[in-house]
Amino acid sequence: MNALDQYIELYTGNAATVDSNSSGILNDARPQALELLKELGRLPEKGDEGYEKISVNDMFSPDYGVNIARVNIPVDLADVFHCGVTTASTWLGAVANDKFVPTQSLMRNLPEGVTVMSLAKAAEEKPELVGKYYNRVASAGRGGATLALNTLFAQDGVFIHVSCGVKASKAMQIVNLLASPVPMMVVRRVLVVAEEDSEISILLCDHSRGEVGCLVSQVVEVYAGRGSRVNICDMEESSEATSRMSQLFAEQHEGAELKISGMTLLNGTTRNEFYIGHKGDRAVTRLDGMAIGNGRQHIDNFSALEHRGDHGHSNQLFKYVLDGHASGAFEGCITVDNGARFNEAYQSNRNILASCDARMHAKPQLLIYNDDVKCSHGATTGQLDQNALFYMRQRGIPLTEARMMLMQAFMMDVIENVGIEGLSERLRHLVEKRFRGEDMMCAECSARHGV
Amino acid sequence: MGNEIIDDVAREGDDYKYGFVTDIDTDIIPVGLSEDVVRLISAKKQEPEWLLEFRLKAFRYWQTLEMPRWAHLNIPEIDFQAISYYAAPRTRSKSKTADEVDPELLETFDKLGIPLAERNQLAGMAVDAVMDSVSVKTTHREKLASMGVIFCSISEAVKDYPDLVKKYLGSVVSYRDNFFAALNSAVFSDGSFVYIPKGVRCPMELSTYFRINAMGTGQFERTLIVADDDAYVSYLEGCTAPMRDENQLHAAIVEIVAEDRAEVKYSTVQNWYAGDRDGRGGVYNFVTKRGLCRGVKSKLSWTQVETGSAITWKYPSCILAGDGSVGEFYSVAVTRNRQQADTGTKMIHVGSDTRSTIVSKGISAGYSENSYRGLVKVAPNARGCRNYTQCDSLLLGSHCGAHTFPYIDVMNDTAIVEHEATTSKISEEQLFYCNQRGIPTEEAVGLIVNGYAKEVMNKLPMEFAVEAQRLLSVTLEGSVG
Repeated sequence: MNALDQYIELYTGNAATVDSNSSGILNDARPQALELLKELGRLPEKGDEGYEKISVNDMFSPDYGVNIARVNIPVDLADVFHCGVTTASTWLGAVANDKFVPTQSLMRNLPEGVTVMSLAKAAEEKPELVGKYYNRVASAGRGGATLALNTLFAQDGVFIHVSCGVKASKAMQIVNLLASPVPMMVVRRVLVVAEEDSEISILLCDHSRGEVGCLVSQVVEVYAGRGSRVNICDMEESSEATSRMSQLFAEQHEGAELKISGMTLLNGTTRNEFYIGHKGDRAVTRLDGMAIGNGRQHIDNFSALEHRGDHGHSNQLFKYVLDGHASGAFEGCITVDNGARFNEAYQSNRNILASCDARMHAKPQLLIYNDDVKCSHGATTGQLDQNALFYMRQRGIPLTEARMMLMQAFMMDVIENVGIEGLSERLRHLVEKRFRGEDMMCAECSARHGV
Repeated sequence: MGNEIIDDVAREGDDYKYGFVTDIDTDIIPVGLSEDVVRLISAKKQEPEWLLEFRLKAFRYWQTLEMPRWAHLNIPEIDFQAISYYAAPRTRSKSKTADEVDPELLETFDKLGIPLAERNQLAGMAVDAVMDSVSVKTTHREKLASMGVIFCSISEAVKDYPDLVKKYLGSVVSYRDNFFAALNSAVFSDGSFVYIPKGVRCPMELSTYFRINAMGTGQFERTLIVADDDAYVSYLEGCTAPMRDENQLHAAIVEIVAEDRAEVKYSTVQNWYAGDRDGRGGVYNFVTKRGLCRGVKSKLSWTQVETGSAITWKYPSCILAGDGSVGEFYSVAVTRNRQQADTGTKMIHVGSDTRSTIVSKGISAGYSENSYRGLVKVAPNARGCRNYTQCDSLLLGSHCGAHTFPYIDVMNDTAIVEHEATTSKISEEQLFYCNQRGIPTEEAVGLIVNGYAKEVMNKLPMEFAVEAQRLLSVTLEGSVG
């Protein structure tokens, strides 16, 4: 079945409703997206180039509702303060499905030069600023049908802007809460603009506790201006009923430093795509990924990193621990363009299969068109070190505990690379709970949810 | 400093010494491909009915296929109706002694360094010499036959050992495998057939030398090697073609079967004409090579030195079906001028405790594109498998490309699979070190490249290692020094 048809049909029948509940800038991008979708004719299928182990078509084919009329769906915002990785050292905001909900403390405490607001509202209040960046980084042409579908239905999301030279002293935490009484597709858009010499850390957390199957279509666009430093940690802690299709597009200008961590702690079916391009010289990128899967979870990470400037540096590390019937896929491509000199690019993918039914597919790639480079990639798939396990058991540590400790140790470098104050410690704790099979909510929340 | 010199020498002349044409009367069938052409080839080779049926099935299947485009190659449109699919040097009927072979052909192969005349034959090597679509001569057959080893052209094998050929032909590479496998199965001409009986260790290296001579033709040879229980054979393959402005197609199939505890070592020095420095002419080398390690503890080792061809598209593979079987792949692929290569291997672990090693060294110079593409797959029931892959790329010049596309599919938790790849240019420090000691840059680059490729060169049989080493330096002479 072609899943795309139902969405094209939904849009063409309700274009006026979609437009009237959004803003002009977001609406302006829709006709082109529709054209592209009609031209492509379908969403990527399993086995297509870059989609070896996941069918985007299957992810989108259930009959999800799309809240184009912006009906208010009640979400318990108290969850924001109780669950997940909230730390005292962040400015906290929330997104209920795709609707930005400003908290009082966030609005009061934001320093001058830092803007965090609803994308739709920003598009109306600051049309020049939003119009300059919206769908520009993403539309470089590589997001394909998935990006076009998001653009077609995107009505709101978050807009984060840091003015020239402003250095945000605390991290920004946006908690995305997914809640719906019926199966729903949530279309979310995040636009991050870090102007020249600015600094910002952002923590995006996806939460859902519902048993109802939902699909999240998220597009994050990051513009990192000259000399800026941007740190984004995108964490998923959802449920087995949730599907997530996330695309992150980043553009780095001269001397910009970008650090991105994609963490999948709990999920159903997830596809994360990272498209990062160096537009200027001396850009530095650090891209990390962590995935913990069991049950029938599937975690698919794809990265495309393009060096177009001189003296660029990039480092990627993706780690997976797969248990039960979980399956994982990693496909990463480093491209060094002809004329991009003195670049260094490294990529590493390490995987542990902890059960006989777990599956891993890895496809690291290098496309090098210049000789003045130092590039490498490595991929390993194996088990926990038997000698280490034996050593620990000899010293009285039970097998399950020893395995847990080793798996946690395996993830430590990704956790420590996050670089957001207080977050590494919380993550370490969450990962430990995850490996122990404990509920990741705090005791208070568990009680409230009757878990 | 190094860069300019490397770029300068990259522009220097081509010195493909095998680019001559033998002026010999050749029986060429008209261009085009149809069922009639397939029947004509089969008739010319006086083949049995079952083989004609095999060819026709393959041809009909080929007609349903489209040429694949997934490789990282820029392949111009190939007009398959503009190629002649059979060309045989017109000579006296094939004879048992060298004296009866056309002196023109003997001279050609002598010039290529492949002496066929009895007095000149290399003591430790038996050679099957194939020109265009037919085998010219196979040496040392009697000596091999005394040990039960069959080494002959596949056409002769069809006549003399039909049961063996029927049993194994297409058993590893089916005609439905891919576009070029289907094409080859329909129109294949000559190639070698090797059968090593149980417990026999082949006393000498077996070698086939392929030569394209006629114009407007392609070469579609088929090689079948069967090593029965506890057998061992080392097989070498070499190839050259004249320098022409037109592109010629070479689409071969190599099938290898290794039974219990058998070992097959397959080495290739591929030196087809690569085209001139502007990319005019050269051979399109689209080859399907696959070995089936069917027996327990069987071993298959592929070693290849790829220096020629305008476009190379080949993935010598191992299906490790027998428990404890071992697959190895060692490759040096050199591209320069406008050459393109997309080559690598597939290691399919089906049996338990199977092991595979992949070492691939790519060297790109000039405006060439060199890609490694490899698959390591561990099946769900294959326990305790081990793979180690190392692929390095060396870039000489700022206009060439080096790419890596490994596919790793692990479906069993007891497997250990490792992949490492690096890409870099020749280290300035190493060049400086050599310069400091009075070694000119060109020579230093040659030294460093040779050292870089040593790990693979060491896996070649002695006779070939010398040749390959020389070939590597000759090939790089135009590029680096």
